[in-house]
Amino acid sequence: MTTFLGVPLRRKPEPELRHPNPLRGSESFPQAARHELANTQLRANLAHATSVIRAKRAEVVNEVPDWEALRDAGSAIKADVMVRLPELLEQLEENVTARGGVVHWARDADEANKIVIELIRATGQTEVIKVKSMATQEIGLNEALEDVGIAAFETDLAELIVQLGHDRPSHILVPAIHRNRAEIREIFLREMGDAPPGLTDEPRALAMAARAHLRRKFLQSKVAISGANFAIADTGTLAVVESEGNGRMCLTLPETLITVMGIEKLLPTWQDLEVFMQLLPRSSTGERMNPYTSMWTGVTPGDGPQEFHLILLDNGRTRALADTVGRAALHCIRCSACLNVCPVYERTGGHAYGSVYPGPIGAVLTPQLTGTTGHGDPNASLPYASTLCGACYEVCPVKIDIPSLLVMLRARMVDEDRGRRIPDGWSAAMKAASWIMSDAGRFAAAEKLTGVGRLVAGKKGRISSLPFPASKWTAARDLPSPPAETFRTWWARERGES
Amino acid sequence: MRIALFATCIADAMYPQAPQATVRVLERLGHQVFFPPDQVCCGQMHVNTGYLAEALPVVKEHVRTFSPVLTGAWDAIVVPSGSCTGSIRHQQGMVARRYGENALADDATAVAARTYELSELLVDVLGVTDVGAYFPHHVTYHPTCHSLRMLHVGDKPVRLLRAVEGIRLTELPNAESCCGFGGTFALKNADTSTAMLSDKMAAVKATGAEVLTAGDYSCLMHIGGGLSRTRAGVRTMHLAEILAAEKSTGGVAADAVAAAEASEAVR
Repeated sequence: MTTFLGVPLRRKPEPELRHPNPLRGSESFPQAARHELANTQLRANLAHATSVIRAKRAEVVNEVPDWEALRDAGSAIKADVMVRLPELLEQLEENVTARGGVVHWARDADEANKIVIELIRATGQTEVIKVKSMATQEIGLNEALEDVGIAAFETDLAELIVQLGHDRPSHILVPAIHRNRAEIREIFLREMGDAPPGLTDEPRALAMAARAHLRRKFLQSKVAISGANFAIADTGTLAVVESEGNGRMCLTLPETLITVMGIEKLLPTWQDLEVFMQLLPRSSTGERMNPYTSMWTGVTPGDGPQEFHLILLDNGRTRALADTVGRAALHCIRCSACLNVCPVYERTGGHAYGSVYPGPIGAVLTPQLTGTTGHGDPNASLPYASTLCGACYEVCPVKIDIPSLLVMLRARMVDEDRGRRIPDGWSAAMKAASWIMSDAGRFAAAEKLTGVGRLVAGKKGRISSLPFPASKWTAARDLPSPPAETFRTWWARERGES
Repeated sequence: MRIALFATCIADAMYPQAPQATVRVLERLGHQVFFPPDQVCCGQMHVNTGYLAEALPVVKEHVRTFSPVLTGAWDAIVVPSGSCTGSIRHQQGMVARRYGENALADDATAVAARTYELSELLVDVLGVTDVGAYFPHHVTYHPTCHSLRMLHVGDKPVRLLRAVEGIRLTELPNAESCCGFGGTFALKNADTSTAMLSDKMAAVKATGAEVLTAGDYSCLMHIGGGLSRTRAGVRTMHLAEILAAEKSTGGVAADAVAAAEASEAVR
């Protein structure tokens, strides 16, 4: 039993969680996945949550008669944006400025964080409220603010749970998907400071506790920080879509609004929004329409924040834009449909990816944004974290062919590794297999070696144990005894040809 | 029709019963089957592992072996694998083009256009769903990822199975979820692969079926390997084997009897 004594308890964060690199974990995917797979709470939560959201998405997508045409339109608009990005960004800057906003350009995370810090300092405030934003997670903004004595309060419920739990987000849209309600109750009682003492783990009770906690922040704060789902070049309008109304509070109540946005979030015209407002809610939360859509254009005198800053973030995007794989990945609108259908993500959860962008799109995007530094780089293992089952491509609202992109990234990892003094086992095996498999005579000769397999299998007719690396297979699976006769031999004997 | 068979490397070496059954079914329907002897592999394993340069000679050999289809040597090419058909259709041209082999890429695309996965050939090209099979067993069907999402075979395999005399077919729960094989994924990410496998096996067991069938022996090797390890009491058979089973041979493919005998003799 926990007795609340009215004193906010601040648990010291784990040192390794204090400033984790938002885009690179400390372990390779297979290593990290091994730990996560053993987390039974996580497995149960994820299995439940992903199956519920998959069904919801399927239902609301199937009722749209022109869904495929919408996906084509979304994909075409994004392709156009990528081709005209410099010109569209300048158009956006012009329109935001004309309407009283200030546009800043940030080359990388460091630059973006410095700009935000300076802007907050200029207001004299030491506390800010935040709308859930992937861009600010990507640059580690909260940690950077903490280092200079500015407290940033997340106002999205799930993000609040992650922040209070000194945790990392494990999903793009539902960052606390790995937590269940009993854990959330514990976190609130321990960390919130003003949680009601009799708090139960009823979802409504938890939501009301968060609501009361956040309401005070909304009314006190003079500065808010947000990301953006879309920015419209020809009007200078920014848009945030959300479910809880916390975004609306942050975007309207404070005096100063600072928005950090990846440069790829652009749409050319107001009308393009029509396509994305149909694609995004259905793909992300499985809703026909999200509860809150906030749009603002510069500053409106006497209404809402009177100071508006837009920080346009590159942080690896220009490099990604320069190549075909990266460019396609920049089409992503962060709906997280690919996470929800991914059989790998469903078992490992988001932390295994070591990046704030997990799941199939994360496996493509993360190594693109960071670049990779060879075999030891955890991000070099991400493109292999997929069976290429294709479920992600099928649901992607902007038709990013994630499986093909993963294959191209694998090819890049392999090519970058060529010319190492000592080739690893994989490349030696692949070279040998290529030599054997490009000639029927050599392949037939190799097939004769399966006689060894028959000996191993013996009378049991199955092989249950093989040396490394095949031990990875036989750890959980048998192999059948190879056949007495290959098809090739059978055909030659039976049909007398070849 | 004159149909060339691409047996696939894995079935040739490990599961000859699948291409054998494919031959039987097509011949029973009155077609002529050819086995171009130079064939080996489509190159998918190399491509999907990122070894595109190593895939190139494999692709080249495949296209060379099957290019006679372009000059009328055969009317179509059949593959008892959704995954290999998918690689032929969606990857071979890309590999050739990446290395500037544009003529090869064009040929690969043209050969791919005449290449069909077994259920596609039977239902779309030959226009049959009842192939005259008899298989008095309880069966569940796993739609493999590449059949489902690369080829979009839809319910073609199930329509073929439904027409089999004596069969009892039970739908597999969460059928569309990947089994966790993913080629070298099963080795590179063995733990995650095993987690996926265990869920797939649970779904198979939940059906109460005696036989798990699919259009790909690679996925069946994976799920079957797990079922064998846990002595689950469920065997795996390729779709072609069920379609080849006949009343006259007691509900098994004729070659299966011969193969079993040969296997015993060698042992």
